[in-house]
Amino acid sequence: MTNLIAYIPALPLAGFLLLFFTGRRMSKSMIAFVGAGSVCIAALLTIVIGITFLQSGSSANTQTLWQWMRVGNFSCDISLRLDALSLVFVFIISFVGALIHIYSIAFMRQDEDYARFFASMNLFVFSMLVLVLADNLVLLYLGWEGVGLCSYLLIGFWYKVPANCAAANKAFFITRIGDTAMAIGLFMLFKTLGTLNIADIQQQAATIPNVTTIALLLLMGGMGKSAQVPLQTWLPDAMAGPSPVSALIHAATMVTAGVYLVARMNVLFLLSPAAMNVVAVVGAITLFVAGCSALVQTDIKRILAYSTISQVGYMFLALGCGAWSAAIFHFFTHAFFKALLFLAAGVVIESLHHEHNIFKMGGLKNKMPLLYYTFLAGASALAALPFISAGFYSKDAILWYSWSAGNGNVMLWAVALTGAFITALYSARLVIVVFWGDMKTPIAQQPGKLMTMPLVTLAILSIIAGFVQWPHNLLHVTLFADLVEKVLPATVLKQGIPPELLLQLIAAVVTLGGAYTGYLLYYKSPHIIEQWKTAEPNLNLREFFVKGWRFDELYQTLFVKPFLFITRSNKADVFDKIHQWLVTACSRLNGWLSLSQNGSLRWYIGSMLVGIIFILALQFFL
Amino acid sequence: MPSFQTQPVLIVAAILFALGLTGVLVRRNIIFMLISVEIMLNAAGLAFVAAGARWGQPDGQVMFLFILAMAASEISVALALVMQAYHQHKTLDVEELNALKDGTEPGFG
Repeated sequence: MTNLIAYIPALPLAGFLLLFFTGRRMSKSMIAFVGAGSVCIAALLTIVIGITFLQSGSSANTQTLWQWMRVGNFSCDISLRLDALSLVFVFIISFVGALIHIYSIAFMRQDEDYARFFASMNLFVFSMLVLVLADNLVLLYLGWEGVGLCSYLLIGFWYKVPANCAAANKAFFITRIGDTAMAIGLFMLFKTLGTLNIADIQQQAATIPNVTTIALLLLMGGMGKSAQVPLQTWLPDAMAGPSPVSALIHAATMVTAGVYLVARMNVLFLLSPAAMNVVAVVGAITLFVAGCSALVQTDIKRILAYSTISQVGYMFLALGCGAWSAAIFHFFTHAFFKALLFLAAGVVIESLHHEHNIFKMGGLKNKMPLLYYTFLAGASALAALPFISAGFYSKDAILWYSWSAGNGNVMLWAVALTGAFITALYSARLVIVVFWGDMKTPIAQQPGKLMTMPLVTLAILSIIAGFVQWPHNLLHVTLFADLVEKVLPATVLKQGIPPELLLQLIAAVVTLGGAYTGYLLYYKSPHIIEQWKTAEPNLNLREFFVKGWRFDELYQTLFVKPFLFITRSNKADVFDKIHQWLVTACSRLNGWLSLSQNGSLRWYIGSMLVGIIFILALQFFL
Repeated sequence: MPSFQTQPVLIVAAILFALGLTGVLVRRNIIFMLISVEIMLNAAGLAFVAAGARWGQPDGQVMFLFILAMAASEISVALALVMQAYHQHKTLDVEELNALKDGTEPGFG
């Protein structure tokens, strides 16, 4: 079984290579067969391997394929390692990836670059699998950069629109900031330990003197990839890509790479309380900032993008509090419901002639009932409606641990609770504005079977995926925590905290209150919003949120403008002057010497004479 | 053996050398310049002979023979070159035979 692990990433890679080299000559059904087929087989293989792995009860399986490089005392293998944590990620990547590929067969059917789309998607799945299966940080970094590249390629998939290219560039540049920090972290780690093997690092972590710096640098990499404040600005713009791309890369998998990195390097973070606090605070700030922005967006995909940032913020919060398994659990459920929401949003946008504005939608409930119910399942999981949604089980755990876990406190809990209210509010807003009320745009087409099948599967998972892990006091089912705590440290609880049931009740009431507020504001009595909008400061606040807390303008002022100023003032190239001077001096000297070579024989004889006299004079006087 | 005064001979040699040098510097005809070079060589030879006589050694006369041989070979090469130069440029004026001067203008601009 061990030697089958390599086939999971190898299948999408083979699909990519086939499509990349021969995709132009293939028919569309052939492309779909290769592109989606490779990932589907990988998903089936993952399930088989996963079951065997769980039955065997071993903690980790390592498969070394070949040696990558050996320089001095540094050696690095292409080596895959499957343990409980990577199994969860591999499962989500291949399984959700397969569903999204199936959906894309129909969704992208009209596109002329069908092969390029599937080639990039397969390459992405391959890179992401390498990222989570890597047993050393160099290989992980290869996958890390690979997903960044695919993200760039797919955001700018419709490259004929300049705005899409700008969005792709932005995503690439901003994640690059994080990646650079991460690379520096890796260098420092290697300098201290002399190895980048994950298992070795975990063993020797206690001997690292500057563990906080390294942890923070790695965190910085994670913040770039996972769109956490202050590097979050690329994700809303990344929605320029096709909807399946948003679902796969910018919701379910790639943006959680940072979560994976922090969880994988948990030993480093546990050694540095300061870094843990930073993780928690970054998560808390992000979930609040992005939640507020999600409240006021009008583009359906941007709402979902901000909500993704916010949900990944929850995962970081949980990681920072020391609730490792809760963070991974939230990743697990979030992948299902957020992929579902994006795919459903893709269907809505397609059906309504590429309309993105939710206020021009409406009344889809009766026209597209299947879509409505699947979207409702996703939105209720996002809002974390108690008991009936997967989101409840994971988010409730995070809320509880944000206070009760070793590193949690009341402030973090309060922010998380506010975030939960906001999440419920914008989820309700989304469902009500898009699906209820009057119809504003006629429906162009109904989704086909290939599109509804993944939607229904994900909707069912969005409801039932949470049942594998119940809150302690309700039902003793802890399958998920048991699994991942083979790899991750168990959550330590503090003493002297309020009873769990009380906090759960508060969370449930707040969630329901948020949903009800949404119902009230957007359905029952919309005049409240209209009234609210009349006041000047409120409009300014709304504008502030719509623009994502004006982070883009801040960066424009802080970095872009000074940079442009420097380039503009240096238009004449100050530094060029230095070597220009050298050139001028040489050429002047050449001019002078050139005068002496004038072709006059007498002049030459004269100079010879002077030279002879000079040498004779030296003889006399020295 | 009559007493031999070295100094007057050296003075004559110096005068001859100066004459030759002046000829090389001021003459424009390349043939005359070669003749002037020969005069300078002979001045040097005279100085060698005088020095040999002063110390009663044969080396001075040996050196003069070397100079003669060298002058003969030099002048044969030089005259061949002069003939070639005259064939190609129809002049023996060194001021006009200046095709080897650096043609480029000073500086790269």
